[in-house]
Amino acid sequence: MSASPKDLGAFRIKDAGRHTPAKTARFTFDGKTYTAMEGDTVASALLAHGVHLVGRSFKYHRPRGILSAGPEEPNALLDVSRDAGRRQPNVRATVQEVFDGVRIASQNRWPSLKHDVGAFNDLLSPFFAAGFYYKTFMWPKEAWHKLYEPFIRRAAGLGEAPKEEDPDHYTSRYAHGDVLIAGAGVAGLTAALSAAATGVSVFLVDEQPEVGGALHFDAGTTIDGQNGYEWAQAAAARLKAMPNVTVLTRTTVFGYYNHGFLGLVERVTDHLARPGRDLPRERLWQVRAKRVVLATGSIERHMVFANNDRPGIMLASAARTFLNHHGVAVGRQVGVYTAHDSAYEAAFDLKRAGVSIAAIVDCRSHPGDAVLAEARALGIDVLTGHSVTNTSGRLRVSSMTVARNGASNARKIAVDALIVSAGWTPSVHLFSQSRGKLRFDEANQRFLPDIYAQDCISVGACNGTDDLSDLIDEAIAAGSGALALTGENRFEWTGGMIGAAEGAGPDKVVKAFVDFQHDVTAKDIRLAVREGMHSIEHIKRFTTNGMASDQGKLSNMHGLAIAAEMLGRPIPKVGLTTFRAPYTPVTYGTLVGHSRGDLFDPARKTPMHTLEAAEGAEFEDVGNWKRAWYFPKRGEDMHAAVNRECRTVRDVAGVFDASTLGKIEVVGPDAAQFLNLLYTNAWDTLKPGKCRYGIMTREDGFVYDDGVVGRLAEDRFHVTTTTGGAPRVLHHMEDYLQTEFPHLKVWLTSTTEQWAVIAVQGPKAREIIQPFVEGLDISNEAFPHMSVAECTVMGVPSRLFRMSFTGELGFEVNVPADYGPAVWKAIWERAESMGACLYGTETMHVLRAEKGYIIVGQDTDGTVTPDDAALGWAVSKKKTDYVGIRGLKRPDLVRDGRKQLVGLLTKSPDVVLEEGGQIVADPNQPKPMTMLGHVTSAYWSENCGRSIALALVAGGRSLVGKTLYVPLKDQTIEVEVTDMVFFDKEGGRIHG
Amino acid sequence: MADLGTATRALPLAGFHGGSSTVRLEAAPPAERISLRVRAEDVAALSGALGVDLPVKPKTSASANGRTALWLGPDEWLMIDESGTGIGNGLMQAAQNSGALHSAADVSHRNTAILVSGTGADKAINAGCPQDLSLKEFPVGACSRTIFGKVEIVLLRTAEDAFRVEVWRSFSDYAFGLLSEGARDAAVGK
Amino acid sequence: MLLIHCPYCEEDRSELEFRWAGEAHIARPENIAAITDEEFAEYFFLRNNEKGLTYERWRHIHGCGRFFNAARDTVSDRFLMTYKAGLPKQPIPTAEETAAIAEEKTVETWEATEGDAR
Repeated sequence: MSASPKDLGAFRIKDAGRHTPAKTARFTFDGKTYTAMEGDTVASALLAHGVHLVGRSFKYHRPRGILSAGPEEPNALLDVSRDAGRRQPNVRATVQEVFDGVRIASQNRWPSLKHDVGAFNDLLSPFFAAGFYYKTFMWPKEAWHKLYEPFIRRAAGLGEAPKEEDPDHYTSRYAHGDVLIAGAGVAGLTAALSAAATGVSVFLVDEQPEVGGALHFDAGTTIDGQNGYEWAQAAAARLKAMPNVTVLTRTTVFGYYNHGFLGLVERVTDHLARPGRDLPRERLWQVRAKRVVLATGSIERHMVFANNDRPGIMLASAARTFLNHHGVAVGRQVGVYTAHDSAYEAAFDLKRAGVSIAAIVDCRSHPGDAVLAEARALGIDVLTGHSVTNTSGRLRVSSMTVARNGASNARKIAVDALIVSAGWTPSVHLFSQSRGKLRFDEANQRFLPDIYAQDCISVGACNGTDDLSDLIDEAIAAGSGALALTGENRFEWTGGMIGAAEGAGPDKVVKAFVDFQHDVTAKDIRLAVREGMHSIEHIKRFTTNGMASDQGKLSNMHGLAIAAEMLGRPIPKVGLTTFRAPYTPVTYGTLVGHSRGDLFDPARKTPMHTLEAAEGAEFEDVGNWKRAWYFPKRGEDMHAAVNRECRTVRDVAGVFDASTLGKIEVVGPDAAQFLNLLYTNAWDTLKPGKCRYGIMTREDGFVYDDGVVGRLAEDRFHVTTTTGGAPRVLHHMEDYLQTEFPHLKVWLTSTTEQWAVIAVQGPKAREIIQPFVEGLDISNEAFPHMSVAECTVMGVPSRLFRMSFTGELGFEVNVPADYGPAVWKAIWERAESMGACLYGTETMHVLRAEKGYIIVGQDTDGTVTPDDAALGWAVSKKKTDYVGIRGLKRPDLVRDGRKQLVGLLTKSPDVVLEEGGQIVADPNQPKPMTMLGHVTSAYWSENCGRSIALALVAGGRSLVGKTLYVPLKDQTIEVEVTDMVFFDKEGGRIHG
Repeated sequence: MADLGTATRALPLAGFHGGSSTVRLEAAPPAERISLRVRAEDVAALSGALGVDLPVKPKTSASANGRTALWLGPDEWLMIDESGTGIGNGLMQAAQNSGALHSAADVSHRNTAILVSGTGADKAINAGCPQDLSLKEFPVGACSRTIFGKVEIVLLRTAEDAFRVEVWRSFSDYAFGLLSEGARDAAVGK
Repeated sequence: MLLIHCPYCEEDRSELEFRWAGEAHIARPENIAAITDEEFAEYFFLRNNEKGLTYERWRHIHGCGRFFNAARDTVSDRFLMTYKAGLPKQPIPTAEETAAIAEEKTVETWEATEGDAR
C-alpha cells in the first residue's frame, strides 16, 4: 500500500524518523480511518494526524492525551481489536504497534470522547478527594450492597473485558542462561557484546521492537564514531549471529524471582497484520540465569503543576522519540517546562525540524552552560527561574501561564504542545524485585541499587551512571569480557527535581497531577498526611497513588517527595513502597500458557475407558481419573440405571473397572516387618497366597488410608490403596522407610498403572471367570475369600484376588494393562450372556454401603480413629510399634462420647438423607442446636427396598435403636440409629 | 477348559503421531521394563545378571545387549529392554537369577514412551520441563526423572537431537499433547 | 522459584521437582508407645517455625525420590546447604556465611525494605 505524505498525517516531518515511507498501514480510531507508517506505535500514528485527545481519566473523566512514548504510559490506554474475538482493553498506545486493519477505540467516555457525561465528576471534584469513598459510603450500612457498591463498580475501571473465549494460543518455555541482560540500550548491548565474547550463553532482552533504548530519542550520542542508534542495530545483528546469544525483542522481563529465576513475556503477534496460525500470541519464558545484568535505564518524570494533564502536555523525551524515531512533531508551537537539561535537547531537535519553540521555561536559575549557549545560538527564548503555573485548553493545551518564581504577575504564552521534564528516575524495579536494597542518592534525589541479594549487577542509567564513558566501562566489566568501545554525548546533563513545582504548593488549591492513571493530585497526598497517614504505605493506599496498572512509574518519586515535605522528614526516612512483579501488566493467557482445554489438567483414563464409553458409560472425576460412574441403558436415568445395576450384581453378577485403585509393590526380606510398622494390622501372620484388609493411621492415630494387601511371597506384597490416596500413601510410606526405618531391607514401587483390574462380583462371578483362568483352582475350597495367586488369564501372566467390596462372591482379575481391553471384552461378553451387568462407581458405593464398608475420605474425615469407624478389630493389640500406636492412646482418642460410625434408617423408608446433614437429639431445642454428628453416606438401596445411610454420631454405638433427627431447611427427618450392615447381616454370600 | 483365545495387546498411544517441521513425535514400540532397587554392595551382581553395568553416577545411563539401565536414584534404576517382545518379562527373571538382594517390579505396562527427535526436540520438551537440556548439562545418555507440565516423566537423551520420554500410561496422552504444543512452538520460536 | 541442590543427584534443580517435608531432625522416639502425652505433643504437634536459619526436610519427589535435609534462611530464602537424610544436623559451612545470615536478619525483611530504604 502506498500513501501520499499528506495521508500519513499533517505532523509528519519530511526526512525525519526511521520508518520507510513506502510501508504504510491503515487503522481506525473511534471509527475514523487513518494511515500510519509501518513501525509506528498507535501513539505516534495518532500524533502524526494531530490527535492528542485519546481518553478520559479514571476518576474525574478529564480529557487526556499521550504522556510518554514507552511502557510507562499512564494515560493513553486504549481498546485494541483485531476482530471480534481478539479485543484487549487498556492497551498502552505507546507500546502497541500499528498494523494494517487494527481497530482502536478510546475508553471511559460516554457518549463520545469529546462530550463525556462523566466529566461532570470533574466539577464535583471537591467531593472526590482522596479517601472520599472510604468516608462517604459508610452510612447507612445497608446501602453498601444494594446501592453504593453496584454504582461504584459501574463507574470504576477503565476498559471493558472481552466476553468471548480467547481464540489465540499462548506458549511457554523454560530456558537457562549463563547471563541474562535486561534492557538493550547502550549499557545492555555493551554488556551483551562483552559477555558473548567470552563464550557463555547470553540472553539479551528488550521490551521495544528494536534494540537501542534511549538511543530511540537521543540522537546526540555517538558510539564507536557511529550514530548511536545505528551502532545499536549493528551490534544487535552481530549478537543475533552468535550461536551462544539469544536476542529477544518485544519481550519484557516482568519478574525477577528467587535464585536467578526470571519471568519474560514475548509479544509474538500483536504487531502483525496477518499472523501465521502456528504463532502464539505471546510466549512466556521462564529463564534460570546464573547471572543477571540489569540495564533497564531510567524513566523521565513529569512536572507537577496546575492542570498539567491536558492533552498535548507530554514528556520531553517522548516528544523527542516521536520526532527522531517516528518522524512526527508533537505540535507546531511547542512550550518547554523543565528542571533538567535533557529537555533542552528536545527543544533543539524540534527547532531544527522546523517546529517553533514558544519558550523554554526552566524553574532552575542555573541550567547547564552548554545547553544555554546552544539555545541562544538557535534563537530559542529561555526563561530561567520561571515556572509554568497553569495551562488552559479544553481538549488540548492552548496556552501556558508563566511567572517568575516568587512573583505574582504572570503571562500566558500560546502553545499547542507543552513538553516537560523533571529529570530521570532510575528503573530499579527488577533490582528491587530481586530483593536488593536501595540507597538514596541525596545529590541527585534518586534511589539507586545498594546491596545485592542475588548474583546480579546494575549498569548504566538504572545504576545512576550518567557519564557515557563510565557507563560503557561499567557494562563491559559486567559482561566479564574485554571490549574496546568509546562513546560521546553532545551535551552533559544536569538538574532534576522531585515533588510539586512552583504554584502547586501546600497553599494552592489547584489540580497538579502526580498520578495520572488514578487521578491523584499533590493536594490529595497532602490531605492524606493531614488526615493522619504517616507511613508511605498508608499514604499510598489512602490516595491510591502508584496503585494503578502503571504502578507509579512516573508518580512514586513525586508522591514520596510531597509526603516527605508534609511530614517534615527526609525522603529516605519516609521510604519507598515495594516494587512487585509484574513490571508491566501480563495477560492471563501468558500466565496460563498451555494449560487450557485438554491440557488444563491430565485426564487419566483406564485401559478400558474406550470400551466403557462404547457401552454408554457416564464418567465421574475421581482425582484426575475418569471413572465409569454408571452405565445407563436406553431410556434409563441415573437412578434407574443404578437400581438395575445394584439388583443385577446381587442376583447374577456385575463387572467393574477397579484399575484406578492405587497399587504398591512392597518387596524385600523385611517387607512384612515394614507393613507391620505402617498399618495397624499384623502382617507377619499373613501367609503367602492370602490377603487382608489393612488400616493405615497417621502418627496421631487417625485413619489415613485403607485397602486390601495380598502377600504373593514371603518377600513380596501387593498393597492396594484408595484411588485418590495412592500418591500420598506412597509418599508417606517412603518417608518412614527412608528416614525412620532405613535399616529395613525393603523397597516400594508404584504399580498402579501396571495392572488393569477387572472386578467380577456376584453369585455367578466364579462361573464367569472360570474358563479364562489357567493354572489355578478357583473353587471355594481351594481359593477361598481373601486369597491371592499368580496365574494365567487368556495366556497372560496375571494376579487373581478373591475379594469383595460388595459383600458378594468376588474376584479381581489383575492383568498387565495393555491386555486389559482384550480380557475385559472377553469377560464382559461371557458375563453379559449369563445375565450380568457392567456397573460403575455409584453402584459400587451403594453396594458397599449396604454392607457397611467405609470409604476413607467420605465416611472418615481425618479425625476418625479405627475404633470410631467400627474397625477396632483391625488394630493389633500385640504389636509393640506401628505408626499411630501412641496417638491412639491420647486422652481425647480414648474418651467416651466420641463420634462413632453407625447406620441410620429413616422412619419413612422412601426418604433419602442428605450427605452432610447434621444430626440432633431434639429438633425443638433452641438454636444454635447441639449437633451430635452428620450423615456421611446416604443412598436409595434397591436391594433393601428403602433408603440407607451411614453417619458419624457422638456415642453412636450406645444409641442403636434410639430416634434422632436431621433438621433441614424445610423439613425435619426422623431417623433410627442402627448398626452399619443393612444387607446379608450374616455375611454368608461373600463365601459363596 | 474352553479355549477363549489369547489376549491381544493394546498400546496406550496406538495411533498417536505428530510433530512439526523441527520435531518428530512417535510412540515407542512396546518394551520390557523393571523398576530395579539394589544396594551398593549388590550392584555388581545385578549388573552381571542383567548384562548391563548399572551406572552409579547421577543422571547417567548405560546400554548393552538391547537393554538400557537408567540411574534414577542412589539405589534405583529403570531397566528398559527393547528386544524382548514376548509375554512375560525376561528382566524379572534375569534379576532373579542374580541371587543377590534386590527388588524388581515389572513396570512394562505402567510406562509407555514417546520418542522426540529433530532439531527442536529440546525446545519441545522445555515447553514443560524445567531442566537445562543443553548438551553441556544434559549430554547424550543423560537421564533423569523430572516434571513435564503437570506430569512426571523419565527423560533420556538418546542422541544430540533425540530423546525418549517415559511416562505413566494414563498421563501419556497429556504428555503427547503438551509435546505437540511444544513441537509446534519449537518450529516458530527462537 | 527456588533452585535446590539435591545431595543425591549432586545438582541444582528447580523447586518444581521437590516437595517440602517439614522441620528436620525430629526423630521418632524409639519407645514411642511409652512416651507421655507431653512428649508426644512435642514430637508430633509442636514445631519451631523459626524466622531466619531453619533446618528442614525436602524430598526430591520428581527426581531421585530421596528425602534430604536443608539449612535455609526463611527470610532471604537462601539455601546455606543441603545434606543427605540420616546425617546429624550440620554446622553452617563458614563464618562468612553465618555473618551473611546475621546481616540479612537485620536488613533483609519486607518491613525493612518497605519502610526503611537507605
